[in-house]
Amino acid sequence: MKYLLITILSLSFAFQNYPDADGILKKVDANMSSDTNITESSMVIHGKRNSRTVVSRSYGEGYKKSFSEYLAPAREMGTKMLKLEDRLWIYSPSTDRTIQLSGHMLRQSVMGSDLSYEDMMEDRKLTEMYNSKVIGEEAIDGRKVWVVELISKVEDATYHSRKAWIDQERYVPLKEELFAKSGQLLKRVTLSEVKKVEGRWYPTKMNYKDVLKDGEGTDFIIDKIEFNAEIPEHIFTKASLKK
Amino acid sequence: MIKFLFKGILRDKSRSVLPITIVILGVTLTIVLSGYLRGVMGDMTDQSARFQTGHVKIVTKAYEEAMDQMPIDLAILGVDSLLESLQKQYPNLQWVKRTNFGGLIDVPDANGETKGQGPAAGMALELFDPTSNEIERMNILSSIVVGKIPSKPGEAIIGQEFADKLKVKIGDEITYVGSTMNGSMSFKSFIVSGTIRFGSSALDKGAIIIDISDAQEMLDLEDGSTEILGFLNDGVYVHEKAEALKNDFNSKADTNDEFAPTMLTLKEQNNLGSYLDMVDVYSGLFVGIFVFAMSLVLWNTGLLGGLRRYQEFGIRLALGESKGRIYRNIIMEAVLIGTIGSVIGTTIGVGITLYWQQTGIDISAYLQNSTMMMPSVLRSKFTAQLLYIGFIPGLFAMVIGNMLSGIGIYKRETAILFKELEV
Repeated sequence: MKYLLITILSLSFAFQNYPDADGILKKVDANMSSDTNITESSMVIHGKRNSRTVVSRSYGEGYKKSFSEYLAPAREMGTKMLKLEDRLWIYSPSTDRTIQLSGHMLRQSVMGSDLSYEDMMEDRKLTEMYNSKVIGEEAIDGRKVWVVELISKVEDATYHSRKAWIDQERYVPLKEELFAKSGQLLKRVTLSEVKKVEGRWYPTKMNYKDVLKDGEGTDFIIDKIEFNAEIPEHIFTKASLKK
Repeated sequence: MIKFLFKGILRDKSRSVLPITIVILGVTLTIVLSGYLRGVMGDMTDQSARFQTGHVKIVTKAYEEAMDQMPIDLAILGVDSLLESLQKQYPNLQWVKRTNFGGLIDVPDANGETKGQGPAAGMALELFDPTSNEIERMNILSSIVVGKIPSKPGEAIIGQEFADKLKVKIGDEITYVGSTMNGSMSFKSFIVSGTIRFGSSALDKGAIIIDISDAQEMLDLEDGSTEILGFLNDGVYVHEKAEALKNDFNSKADTNDEFAPTMLTLKEQNNLGSYLDMVDVYSGLFVGIFVFAMSLVLWNTGLLGGLRRYQEFGIRLALGESKGRIYRNIIMEAVLIGTIGSVIGTTIGVGITLYWQQTGIDISAYLQNSTMMMPSVLRSKFTAQLLYIGFIPGLFAMVIGNMLSGIGIYKRETAILFKELEV
């Protein structure tokens, strides 16, 4: 009888009644993704000797099209980036050149930050990219979160697996750990200052920390964001780089 | 006496041909291998000093910890005033600033869009300052395949293989894409003024060489460089001198500032110290093994010779010659045979060394994917040491071998000599 009770208790712990992870991710996608978006952001890059802030305006359509223009500081002003599928073009006003990057170059750091070009431009729905499973429940800054494990189901996912801490009430991630196929932790993202924007919850500050680099990481701050705004098609053409 | 022994050696070939051949072989091998090892290591050290390490190098402490990644954000700032004080403090060295940088080289098509690109390993030198001697030190003039050395800002020379791969010709424009020391994106276009082939695959693959002033502007390195290299004025690396210099310089450095400059000797960089120590160990080991093996072989040869000359020694003993005198004769013979073998072996060994010093052995086919800084033609190096490094062991091996085998003479008993000789 004693053994039966222990077995029943163990089984009840093992099969806790966690909600369906896919359902959670759908709600997260509803907050974080949109058909289009226009974002004004500041990226605070903490270097060993100094910190600097890079201001940009970005346009995104789905996860395949993205266009960014750098507004400050002076060294960066006028630099533009266009991403179409897995190709990226960078326009440099100082040399009047359009340079194409592809393949592993997209995994390089953007302007010395802890973000890669792929991080900057990835806006694909989590449910499209990952199989998920809720593996626990924790609290972050007093807020209850689901701990969700995500394993990629598509070949071209930037990270093979992720671990996300999802706010149980607002359905936004508050923390993420991004892993390589080998299981090596690559980046840690801390999301904060969750605000209601156009009726959805959205974290307006994200700290990306490349664990393979020294330093405090990079703060990516959303100054302004518009969801599902109409974006003229010419924005996502190479001609717009030189305008 | 020597004349008598010498005649014996010449007339009785079976007494001398085999030992002389063995000594020649051993001495030749020792000299050729020692000369080759020293040549290769000397070339590697010299090439490393000129291209990468200097005889001493100054970097920031933070840069030193991540030197393999060439982190330009950890470069030395205020480099000109530091150079000035170095020139005053240590006038026996020539000091130059250099910056290594990585990035992409992009080649545009007619519309200014990417036609081809490849990863670049950049090096910025004081090309426009003739007093820096960087052009001679890096052997740039004779390494230029086509074109000329940059003479004004905005010009660059690139590796010949790199130029072939990207289909770039002299006068074409290329664009460097990388990061500044602050992490900003850096774009700068250059006109290709020449192509270069250093003969080192690691350098030739993605090389771009520009003047330091262009790099300072391109990488936001105003009054900065990643490294300061010091070269002893006589051009030869002497570790004791470099070590003393390093200790003196580093004793004055601020230990709490991670951006304070720190000095490294050539031996402390790129594992060169362990390579150089390894060569010394292997040279010593090789000579030791040679002496031991030769002694065994020559002992054996001496024993065979002793057996063959059993009767001769018996008669000489019977005639009243002392055992000590016969033993000394054998040793004298060994000295003569060892000397002949060692002289011939040294001559052949030095000859081969000089030939390989001139022609070298081309290993470029094996270095196509190598990132190690080493010359693609390996040459031997003749030094005065080669004149005795084989000679002395050759002589000793012969003498030791015969001393061992000659001991048998003392075991002969005079009382039974006639009985033995009757047989």
